[in-house]
Amino acid sequence: MKIKFHHIILGLLLATMGCKKDNYEAPASKLTGRLTYKGQAINVEYNQVPFELYQPGFGKNAPIRGTFQQDGSYSSLLFNGNYKFTIPANQGPFMWKEVSAGKRDTIAVTISGSQTMDVEVTPYYLINNAKITAANKIVNAVFDLQKVITDANAKDIGSVVLYINKTQFVSGSDNIAATEVAGSAITSMNGVSINVNIPTITPTQNYVFARVGLRVAGVEDMIFSPVVKVTY
Amino acid sequence: MKKISIITMLAISVVAGSCRKDSSFLDVPPKQVLPTDLAFSDPALVLSILGDLYDRQRDFSSLDGYPSREYPQSPNGDREPGWRTFADFSEAFPSENGSSFLVQRTGWGYGEWAIWDYGYIRDLNLFIQRATAATKLTEGDKARFIAEARFLRANYYFEMVKRMGGVPLITDPLAYDYSGNVTPLQRPRAKESEVYDFIISEAEAIKSILPADVNQKSRATKAAALAMESRAALYAGSIAKYGATTPQVSLPGNEVGIPSTQANAYYTKALSASQEIINGSAGSYQLYKVLPDLSDNFAAIFLDKSSVNQEAIFVEDFKANGGKVHGFTTNDQPFSISDEGLDAGRLNPSLNLVEAFEKLDNTYAPIATKDGAGNPIYYANQLDAFAGRDARLAGTVLLPNGLFKGKRTEVYAGYQLGDGTVISSGDATITQDIPGLGKTQVVGKDGPVNGLEFRTQTGFYVRKYLDPTVGSGRRGRGSDVNFIRYRYAEVLLNAAEAAFELGQTGTALGYINQVRSRAGLTTPLALLTFDRIVHERRVELAFEGHTLYDMKRWRLATKVWDGNQMSVADLVSNIGSATKHNTQPFGLWPYKYYNPGNANNGKWIFKEVKPSAVTGANKFQAGNYYSQIGDDILSANPKIVKQPNQ
Repeated sequence: MKIKFHHIILGLLLATMGCKKDNYEAPASKLTGRLTYKGQAINVEYNQVPFELYQPGFGKNAPIRGTFQQDGSYSSLLFNGNYKFTIPANQGPFMWKEVSAGKRDTIAVTISGSQTMDVEVTPYYLINNAKITAANKIVNAVFDLQKVITDANAKDIGSVVLYINKTQFVSGSDNIAATEVAGSAITSMNGVSINVNIPTITPTQNYVFARVGLRVAGVEDMIFSPVVKVTY
Repeated sequence: MKKISIITMLAISVVAGSCRKDSSFLDVPPKQVLPTDLAFSDPALVLSILGDLYDRQRDFSSLDGYPSREYPQSPNGDREPGWRTFADFSEAFPSENGSSFLVQRTGWGYGEWAIWDYGYIRDLNLFIQRATAATKLTEGDKARFIAEARFLRANYYFEMVKRMGGVPLITDPLAYDYSGNVTPLQRPRAKESEVYDFIISEAEAIKSILPADVNQKSRATKAAALAMESRAALYAGSIAKYGATTPQVSLPGNEVGIPSTQANAYYTKALSASQEIINGSAGSYQLYKVLPDLSDNFAAIFLDKSSVNQEAIFVEDFKANGGKVHGFTTNDQPFSISDEGLDAGRLNPSLNLVEAFEKLDNTYAPIATKDGAGNPIYYANQLDAFAGRDARLAGTVLLPNGLFKGKRTEVYAGYQLGDGTVISSGDATITQDIPGLGKTQVVGKDGPVNGLEFRTQTGFYVRKYLDPTVGSGRRGRGSDVNFIRYRYAEVLLNAAEAAFELGQTGTALGYINQVRSRAGLTTPLALLTFDRIVHERRVELAFEGHTLYDMKRWRLATKVWDGNQMSVADLVSNIGSATKHNTQPFGLWPYKYYNPGNANNGKWIFKEVKPSAVTGANKFQAGNYYSQIGDDILSANPKIVKQPNQ
């Protein structure tokens, strides 16, 4: 069969006509931020502490869900508009304002272009001045504990745990070794020290990632110190 | 002339023929759809409608699987395969690479296990309404049909309340009046206790209508209603009692959570319902004690469909060559004994479960692999390592070198030489050089090799439900072993637990020791603890769909599945403790010891192994106690309150 020149033109014409946009723009405004307490970042477990963004006025009333990163940061790609930001009940190692019992407060967010919004929360405890060092296949952590909530909502320390892992994800579910100290065994809130032995790692690597986690009695999520890479 | 009259007559008859009224011409009774009054005029037709409703019951573990993991049905309608509904919670390892997510994930989504099939509830309500209105049925038939539908409805509400907590209690077929106003159809969630009360009161109302017939197993009977009541009341009692330890798992309106003051009332109901079955007023139910070998006897409870089996109370029945079969045996048969080539070996019980079966002197011990000095223990026969244990172990789990269909499984992970060198390979067909033996097969035909699917990767195969009938492992024929939903041993354990919680320890011991002595544990327990009850249910009812609900109602789930990785030291310690964490399935791999001249040459040693696919650790969050109610449901009905902790 012979292909004629005007056949090609016709084909191209059809192809270009089919190129019309038929999709909505993807959401492009990025809302980012972190969990903070008086400017100090709150570290949590990866993928465990959720947040919800509601955009009222669109019929169905379902949230856009996301979770905080290890260092307490979050991000969400959104359309421009008015949103309400909240954290569901009993999530996170911190208190969240409640309007009345069981009714969670929300933060109104107006999105027009990308922006940063830090979320201020009140943690039960803070892990301060964490110094994590390694020597002779032992990781040592020295840190101070600070009780932040001391009123009727105060809770005891369940336990304090030093976790180490091969990768930068360090938590109860992601670790190669951990040492747990029960809250009752902690006598002083300052200069708490925990050791953990580094097991044999295959393939060998001369560094591990470590951080200290604090479990508050009766609270599901743990609060952590920042992740540190220690070489030994 | 004659011609004209014929034509005229023809025309008249055509015209007259078309003069029928539209209604008589167009209203033709359908020949392929039965109208309601006709369908409810004949007991056989009603039974066929009821058959569909029976078939739509939902169990946690199901031999033939169910439409999908999500509710109400996944968009592409794919089925959750039956074997996989037994595989979670570290009680088993999935030896199918496509299902490795079960052991790689670090927890469950909040939507996991959710069901919300109000279409089914509506069909049940419609059935009850229509059967009540039926005029041509005998009173006896009618009462029984209605009672059966009420049983199915209560049992489905039970299944919902276990997963979702309090749900809207709809007991009449809702009708929409097309007014544009749907508010009358939007019902709020009932309290969790109200749903349990509904189940208990329905069971009480229908128990005397249903037949007390021990041979009626696939249709509702008096004993089925009482067994449901016994279990439901027990669940409600333990949620009331142990829910107090997790105050955050509750809602202000009690849609989730039962006040602890109601615990004793529920336990009392659970005990009296169980005792009604035990004392024989619902039929002569008893523990299955037929075969001399106690392990074979235990396995036969699930295989024996004859009238000899007076243990099964209510079952999902299957029939080979009759259209309702399942692929459980096909999917889980030992690889070398498979009827279907490569289709085998998916469900591998874990060492965690195996070592939970206690020794015959009522003590707990891990399977001995090393002596006090840390040297391996050598066994002449692989089965010797498991000797002297609860007979239910070999009845539930097909152990290495175990017998199935007259053949023994071949399970070993390699050769270990005198100097400690291990020689292994990736498949039984790949031979290796053993010094002095030459090219030799070094792993068993039935595994274990890490990542080699359809063969065991823990060293164990499942035996419960595994059908020894010829051809049961073929895909075409399938197996017709039935799934026991309620059985007498569970009723005894329900009674024991309820009595224990009520402080009647003597009564409780009497019931629990009956179940134990059937398993060969003939030294009766003298002391009963909560941990013993947790343990007994785990080993007696393994792979029967109880694990999740038991752990939830005792509020143990967050402790047992705490998300922490497990080590071998964790695995072998604290066996029998209710709070022992169980986050990753382990295996026990046999190795052949090869050291010519040594007394132990040719014997077996065992090693605890975490299969390489196991990377995640089960983490049960407080938000997992009650499955998420979907956003579509919450949007459609603003009266529904969200679950706690989500």
